Amino acid sequence: MSIDFGNPDRPNSYIGRTVPRPNARRLVEGRGRYVDDIVLPRMLHVAFVRSPHAHARILSIDTEAARAVPGVRRIFTGAELAAHCTPWVAVLAHLKGLKSAPQHAIAVDRATWTGEAVAAVVADSRAAAEDGAALVEVGYEPLAVVTDMRTALDPDTPLIHPELGDNLTFRRLHEQGDVEAAFAGAHKVVSASFKTGRHTGVCVEPRSILADYNRAEDQLTVYHSTQAPHMMQTVIAKHLDLPEGRVRVVCGDVGGSYGIKVHVYPDEMATVAISKVMGRPVKFIADRLESFATDIHARDHEIDGRIAVDADGRILAIDIDDYTGIGPYSVYPRTSAIEGNQVVNLCGGPYHFAHYRARTTVVLQNKTPTCQYRAVGHPIAAAVTEGLVDFAAEALGLDPAEMRRRNLIADDAYPYTSPANMRFEGLSHQASLAKLLEMMDYDGLRAEQARLRAQGIHRGIGLASFIELTNPSPFMYGIGGARISAQDGCTVRMDPDGSVVALSGVTEQGQGTEAMLAQVVAEAVGVPVTRVRVITGDTQVTPYGGGTWASRGAGIGGEAALQAGLALKDSILTVAGAMLQCPPDSLDVVEGTVIDRAGGEARMPLEELGRIVYFRGDTLPKGLPRELVQTRHFITSDYPFAFTNGVQASYLEVDVETGFVRLLKHWCVEDCGRVINPQLVDEQIRGGIVQGLGGALYEECLYDADGQLLNANMADYLVPMAAEMPDMAIGHIETPTRESLLGAKGAGEAGTAGAPAAVMNAINDALRPFGGRVTEMPFTPARILAALGVVGKA
Amino acid sequence: MTDMPPDFARKVDIRLTVNGETVEARVDAGRHLVDFLRLDLGLTGAHAGCEHGVCGACTLKVDGDIVRGCLVLAAQLDGAEVWTVEGLTDSGALADLQDAFVARNALQCGFCTPGMLVAAADLLADGGVPSRAEIREHISGNYCRCTGYEAIVDAIETVARARAGTEAAA
Ligand code: FES
Ligand code: FES
Repeated sequence: MSIDFGNPDRPNSYIGRTVPRPNARRLVEGRGRYVDDIVLPRMLHVAFVRSPHAHARILSIDTEAARAVPGVRRIFTGAELAAHCTPWVAVLAHLKGLKSAPQHAIAVDRATWTGEAVAAVVADSRAAAEDGAALVEVGYEPLAVVTDMRTALDPDTPLIHPELGDNLTFRRLHEQGDVEAAFAGAHKVVSASFKTGRHTGVCVEPRSILADYNRAEDQLTVYHSTQAPHMMQTVIAKHLDLPEGRVRVVCGDVGGSYGIKVHVYPDEMATVAISKVMGRPVKFIADRLESFATDIHARDHEIDGRIAVDADGRILAIDIDDYTGIGPYSVYPRTSAIEGNQVVNLCGGPYHFAHYRARTTVVLQNKTPTCQYRAVGHPIAAAVTEGLVDFAAEALGLDPAEMRRRNLIADDAYPYTSPANMRFEGLSHQASLAKLLEMMDYDGLRAEQARLRAQGIHRGIGLASFIELTNPSPFMYGIGGARISAQDGCTVRMDPDGSVVALSGVTEQGQGTEAMLAQVVAEAVGVPVTRVRVITGDTQVTPYGGGTWASRGAGIGGEAALQAGLALKDSILTVAGAMLQCPPDSLDVVEGTVIDRAGGEARMPLEELGRIVYFRGDTLPKGLPRELVQTRHFITSDYPFAFTNGVQASYLEVDVETGFVRLLKHWCVEDCGRVINPQLVDEQIRGGIVQGLGGALYEECLYDADGQLLNANMADYLVPMAAEMPDMAIGHIETPTRESLLGAKGAGEAGTAGAPAAVMNAINDALRPFGGRVTEMPFTPARILAALGVVGKA
Repeated sequence: MTDMPPDFARKVDIRLTVNGETVEARVDAGRHLVDFLRLDLGLTGAHAGCEHGVCGACTLKVDGDIVRGCLVLAAQLDGAEVWTVEGLTDSGALADLQDAFVARNALQCGFCTPGMLVAAADLLADGGVPSRAEIREHISGNYCRCTGYEAIVDAIETVARARAGTEAAA
């Protein structure tokens, strides 16, 4: 069975159309059900006592005064909880040499970052728990802190975990070709150092969990704002010593995640363990300060890079040296080495060149742990690559668009293996660039820029090509030993009234997964999309799967849904053939009715088929298969990842007096393979771009030398707001993957991957007449004024 | 830090209307409006994103003005008239905005959306068709981390134009 995607007039054509999201109406009416909206009988609340020191030995914990607070029921220290929850070590076998130390749900004798939980206070209300937490007296002996990633490995730097032998978590060096010879023989060599600010996701809904352990049934139900409910089920069962089948993770509405909610957080594990110990429902909702200090951070990198080009502007070689700090522990179970690893994998990605060397050095620090956040490593790799490409173009006197035309991998070169050993099935860099330049009227914009520059108005145009890793196979985590599913499943069922229910292992995080699944299932089965109900986010109900991360929802979850839907249609036609006494393949299902395939006449509505199967099975032939429910799983196998590509452009104005940047317009052309719902894809990309713009211009977790986080609140940690953001034009090229019938790749990271690089290049383009350049994100007014030589280096 | 001032723990009796219904309650003097609505009345439409007045997720209507539910104390609201997204939905006051948000996909996770809608309705109550820059300015106290804001601006602009058109025709 196949689908003629090229024909927009085909029956049941939902794939490729904008269809409203079934859950949007509920959300605009304020009828969402987020974890904090759930109230259970006898529910308790937990608040954590958190370390004010970045590194300190815990000498004593006095809970007497806290216990006296009305409503406080119990207080747990790390040592007490360790008896109920085993520690974890976040390593992956395929990342050779990766090491980390055992991490506990609550610190046992040492706190290793400002904000690490050192005790938990459980009370009848969050307010009482907080009152109690304020009265817990902890005696600390402050220890020397490690904050600077560049000196973390120096012999005189103290060790965060002495048993590890050093502060190095992971190092990888990848070399291909003869890099030194290529640099030695180059026409021009350009080098630059880059810095990307440490940032965090700032989900408007903070991390939230409600654990409910029922002793009578030995059953644990966890309502969790998470992206990976099955992964959490597995992890919770393992560390709380419960059979996996006794743990149910329910993930209703999630108020933003972006990778922040795909990790195992110690305070959340503590909450679950406390529920098991106390046999009562226990809720933990992080407050905003806790979110800043304990949600994972990301993107803390310093990179030295070089590029070698020949006289025609062709790239000969790229050489990258990346440093990154991850905090005191590698984060479980995905590990914190993946981001640096991605920088090695993705640098130079869009370009055809032969000689490549990249190294990442991942070190420990006494700061909030870092891990995977939207577009892991992508914005860093894109900024370094696109920055170097632009600087090389400048050195050669070439237009940045022309520089890219000469070097982007040709659209007919696939399959293609990059110098980083990434295998690309099919990308469209050249076509995407051409489309982008046309959409933005590149030449017209250049003319406008020149005209305005003569009037003292300094505008810049920045381009950024990029690749995006989506649809991961077990090569991402599974081969390293992590129990994170790369396959996903979908069960599709027809009920007596002819309506269809689809149960999927991928989850809804707001991007419209459920709408996408409904469209795919509606088309596959042959029913109106309004007759499909999608259920996600309940591990007791849905097939085991990976959940939503690395842009796998449509490509993996969507394909499983498509295959399950097609299988259900086969089952329906088998029954219909027996009832109508004709070969099943002479029939089809269209808009909820069984029809003759040849002539298109209606033969029987699905309601009638449902009535007979469910209530008058006696009238069907004995032995006729009559299961109106089918399950299919999908996993990618030909390629370890589906790479997508795209290109962005930023047009902005720099106020050279104040250093302020005003974004005027942003463009993106993206190739995510088959587009299932154009509006949802466009809005994913827009949302992603804005997160990327935040990294480029505003967002940075600032620390002092003692490891204190200086801007842990929404007033001081700036994110993009509506007034500063530009309108964004989005275009598409579609190169479907041949790994699946659906052909979908992911689109979730694209916006974030390319936006910072485009902004950096645009600012430097605006600054060009002044001879200054910026490479340190975020590009604050102070940094821009420093580049202009107006003020000293910030 | 051990003794709380006795005043702080004091309970206050209030009588107000919430979504058009009379509510009588005895609240802690320190209870914030958003907590009162969520915890005491079970009205979970308004969300708490920061509890320090920055994110806008708790934006509500009190006596005709929009306020941050996390900065107002319930005890101050004796005699007040409070509207949350639930009540504004039932009364139909937000209907065209909600339709436009759904049609334009001006929400993703929906967590910011109740506050965003209340802020948008406040702008539109002034009448006329605000410019895109004015719309962006007006909702700049409301965080949205999922959308790119553009869809929200589009939805609000669409409603402003439709309302202006209807008024002109009427
Ligand atoms: S919760 Fe009130 S403004 Fe954020
Ligand atoms: S839709 Fe998620 S924060 Fe706005």
